[in-house]
Amino acid sequence: MTVTDRHAPSRAAMALSGVTKAYEGTPPVRALRGVDLEVDDGELVSIVGPSGSGKSTLLHIMGTLDRATGGVVRVAGYDVAALGDADLSAIRSQHIGFVFQQFFLLAGETALDNVADGLLYTGMRLAVRRDLARDALDKVGLAARADHMATKLSGGERQRVAIARALIGNPRIVLADEPTGNLDSASGASIVRLLEALNEEGTTIVVITHDRLIADQFPRQVAILDGQIEKDSLWQR
Amino acid sequence: MATLTSNAAPHEVIAPSRMTPADTLRAAGIGLRTRRLRSVLSALGIMIGIGAMVAVLGLSESSKSDLLAQLDRLGTNMLHVQAGSGIGLGPGTLPDDAPAMVARIGPVDEVSAVSDVSDARVYKNDLVPSGQSGGLSVLATDDNLLATLQGSMTAGVFLDLASPDYPVVVLGSVAAERLGVRDLDQPTRVWIGGEWFTVVGIMSSLELSPDLDRAALVTPTAAAMYLGTDDLVPSTIYVRTDPASVDDVRGVMAATVNPENPDQVEVTRPSDALEARDAAESALTNLFLGLGAVALLVGGVGIANVMVISVLERRGEIGLRRALGATRRHISVQFLGESLLLAGIGGVGGVLLGAAVTAGYASLQGWGVLIPTVAIVGGLAAALLIGAIAGLYPAMRAARVSPTEALRTL
Repeated sequence: MTVTDRHAPSRAAMALSGVTKAYEGTPPVRALRGVDLEVDDGELVSIVGPSGSGKSTLLHIMGTLDRATGGVVRVAGYDVAALGDADLSAIRSQHIGFVFQQFFLLAGETALDNVADGLLYTGMRLAVRRDLARDALDKVGLAARADHMATKLSGGERQRVAIARALIGNPRIVLADEPTGNLDSASGASIVRLLEALNEEGTTIVVITHDRLIADQFPRQVAILDGQIEKDSLWQR
Repeated sequence: MATLTSNAAPHEVIAPSRMTPADTLRAAGIGLRTRRLRSVLSALGIMIGIGAMVAVLGLSESSKSDLLAQLDRLGTNMLHVQAGSGIGLGPGTLPDDAPAMVARIGPVDEVSAVSDVSDARVYKNDLVPSGQSGGLSVLATDDNLLATLQGSMTAGVFLDLASPDYPVVVLGSVAAERLGVRDLDQPTRVWIGGEWFTVVGIMSSLELSPDLDRAALVTPTAAAMYLGTDDLVPSTIYVRTDPASVDDVRGVMAATVNPENPDQVEVTRPSDALEARDAAESALTNLFLGLGAVALLVGGVGIANVMVISVLERRGEIGLRRALGATRRHISVQFLGESLLLAGIGGVGGVLLGAAVTAGYASLQGWGVLIPTVAIVGGLAAALLIGAIAGLYPAMRAARVSPTEALRTL
């Protein structure tokens, strides 16, 4: 790959080519064995696979939380292999939104402040972040719960707060790791509908799940098994 | 920070992750807000350590200021001259003309001498058995004694205002108490050496010359006339000098008093005893300061312990913050800040506690309350230093937590 290639304009919010990941040990664990995946702006993609298939490793590499052993990872146009830890943090703060199965809300803060934390590391003042957080909470239908402590919310509400936190900075891509994993089916279904609605407004979203029923609801499905992409619904088009 | 270009805007530079100072403080405080009891308990160790140190410094300073006030009042320019009583010297005496010789030393302001009336004892009346003298001495002295000692009378007058030829006596404060003489509203007599002496005055307690508190003072004339003592030799000479020349006067004193045998003269400065007491107290102060420092150290270890546990418990939060764009530095600053906050709260609490203890004890002792600035500033600085040291390792550990590991928790 040449320098010109690296800087070539692309619609891809995220592009992986030939990505491998091996963990040292005896024998070494090859979690990813050459993954090629491109997610364009505005897509809603599910990555589905059983546990141990490498989907969590894939999400961490896509989210720059972990580094690939081989191959090229480009996030929002940046080749992350060339970037140091501080630059990767900067990319996460500005271009990537995360949603986790365990929500990871801060217990001592209100829903509003948890959402405002989505922009905590951008250097924006708290008052400005709170204004934006109100809009984001409104988008996920939780405006009325803004001043409730995070611990007083139901599971579905907590996940909505977490989604609002991921959205607040208008990231290039939102990565959701089993977003319905800790929810009952009704709450899970409403979260899926929320993600679809947000995607219709233009947010690029990748959902990782082991649940094929959920994965099937999304426009594009990528199936992963033993560290390789087994099937991508894009191939059939 | 590397300058990088993105494919969307070829010359765009990634703005580094950053936090406003207000947010940094808020993040450092979140652990304290959500774990209040634990925070209070771990700050308590620092609080006790700092409180002990501030109280020790405050109390020692308050008592020292009290001592200085006492020394100021009593003066440090008083010298006592006595005959040496070392081994082989026997019962020493001072030459007759010693007081006059001393008075000739330039910077000497006042001189006064007392002589033992060795055979005489003082009793409440003539019915008291002669063995029960109550440890009181009878001394003959000149008119100038009260002025030299800068003493005062609680009742009556000193010998200078009484006729030297009559059998009159002035009692020291302890002597008056032991003889049952409280006031002189009624004419009061005491029995000395087989004669009635009229009490004309009672002296206030003399802090620098406690010997005189236990004495009955008569004039040399009365001693000769009524007690049959002709050969009075000075036993103690009291000298008040120019305050600037105390040491010089002390240096020539022995040779002046007894030019033949200067080594048989003992010169003391009674205020030295008070200063020695102060020195002994400052040795104790150092001991207590050391104990306070140990408490502080234990408090620091407590904070480090709580912080290490906190880092383990809050791996999920660390992972989240890294996902939100925190750099390792942001994470370490947050945990270091939390440790500093804990120690700072402990430090402020400790200074308040120490000040309260000092104020309480000092006012109980009737001292002025004095808390040295160095104790307050030093206490806070020590707390923050301990907090920084205690937080350093947990902060580094927090920064080193891998985000992927952290997010796998639960």
